[in-house]
Amino acid sequence: MTMPYYVAPEQVMKDRAEYAQKGIARGRSLVATVYDQGIAIVADNPSRTLHKISEIYDRIAFAGVGKYNEFDQLRVSGIRHADTKGYAYSREDVDARSLANLYAQYLGQVFTHEMKPLEVEILVAELGTGTHPNQLYHIAYEGTITDEDRYAVLGGETEAIAERLEERWTQGWSLAEALRAAVDALAGPDRTLTGGDLEVAVLTNGNGRRTFRRLVDDELQALLG
Amino acid sequence: MTLPLFSTTEDPGPDFAGLIRRLQVPLHPTMGMPSGGAASGGMPGGSAGGAEFRHGTTVVALRFADGIVMAGDRRATEGHAIAHRAMQKVFPADRYSAVAIAGAAGPAVEMVRLFQTQLEHYEKVEGVVLSLEGKANQLSQMVREHLPLAMQGLAVVPLFAGYDVTRGTGRIFTYDVTGGHYEETEHNATGSGGRDARTTIKLGYRADMARDEAVELAIEALYEAADEDSATGGPDLIRGIYPLVATVTAEGFEAVPEDEVAERFASLIERRRSEGRQP
Repeated sequence: MTMPYYVAPEQVMKDRAEYAQKGIARGRSLVATVYDQGIAIVADNPSRTLHKISEIYDRIAFAGVGKYNEFDQLRVSGIRHADTKGYAYSREDVDARSLANLYAQYLGQVFTHEMKPLEVEILVAELGTGTHPNQLYHIAYEGTITDEDRYAVLGGETEAIAERLEERWTQGWSLAEALRAAVDALAGPDRTLTGGDLEVAVLTNGNGRRTFRRLVDDELQALLG
Repeated sequence: MTLPLFSTTEDPGPDFAGLIRRLQVPLHPTMGMPSGGAASGGMPGGSAGGAEFRHGTTVVALRFADGIVMAGDRRATEGHAIAHRAMQKVFPADRYSAVAIAGAAGPAVEMVRLFQTQLEHYEKVEGVVLSLEGKANQLSQMVREHLPLAMQGLAVVPLFAGYDVTRGTGRIFTYDVTGGHYEETEHNATGSGGRDARTTIKLGYRADMARDEAVELAIEALYEAADEDSATGGPDLIRGIYPLVATVTAEGFEAVPEDEVAERFASLIERRRSEGRQP
């Protein structure tokens, strides 16, 4: 029997983090921002069918970047969690915070105990009500969870994108303003993104119980101007 | 609670009922009611094994030019007593379909809740909406799983109707306790007053009716059913409780406003009086 080589735990963690970061940075980024009527999520995603953004529950949306199969599995388990909870208790009892915590625990556990960390970064967004503000929970590959109340940037080059978004950020901006700023921030100075390169969805009141809605085609073009 | 994750071989896919079975959330009531009352088979009063339970009655559905109309009375009975005067029996199943229930109220309402969740769950997990046929089959499975309890007298007989987006037409499906489902070309009614309601619809039905005519006919059918069947509630003018009526068209599910329903009942009674008929 051969003895395994000793590797310092610091090194193991560092290697895993590097591995996950590299995987995430290879993919395209995503921006979520609060606007006057709700929350808008904009992803740099040319596919019409392989979504990065989707509906979890009445007021909750999910977005992921990185490895598709990995964040899609998380997306489905989030829907399962929310629907089961809403069925066993009541629709009002489903909240984004507990779901975000479950995601964080799972990602953290995989990061420390499994051979390979998940190469994903996810966002759980919840549309506020009269008494609760809008919430954006940003969960990193190792389970770090941060809550934002203005905007969140996921994926590669997040610092540059966040900087560009910060410059344009205004409290209570309209959907059109928010979208244009988000798209410009994602594109950067050297690229231009058009409607066809983007996946956009909003959480907004006025659609009845389910507040999640995708913005596509003409509606999106009109908003992007 | 932990995140519901499954290995690829045990993954329930978009099936919500399969999911909660795996997670061991209590689903349908456990089988095996107290023995002795077996096969009392769909008694309108509602009793199984000597225990009385709530029973919902007449619901109707009919097709019109732009989609379907569905309506149900509000009475629930327990044996010969009125258990509830404002029960809801017509529900939106999802955006383009509606489900109405007759039979043992407890399991029926639970079945609707499971059905609604199932349709939305499928839509979210798969990213596409089930076809109307697919939805009808799903409901069929739920009724079939309920068969052992139905045999003990707790029968649930739903009525399912919706707007088929791909075909551009309204469609109606009826069920029996075994889970068999049958597509109806024009109309149907189920529950203890279903027979009277069906006769009324049959006499007044024409193909390609307008929305108002169809709503009117559904209301008249429930009125007649309530007149003949003790377990079916008519318009309760004293308490202001009226049957629930809804339409499903290309615009989706829409409940007919209570004011409109009240007005239609009032004018129905008025019209009959003025014609010299019994109201």
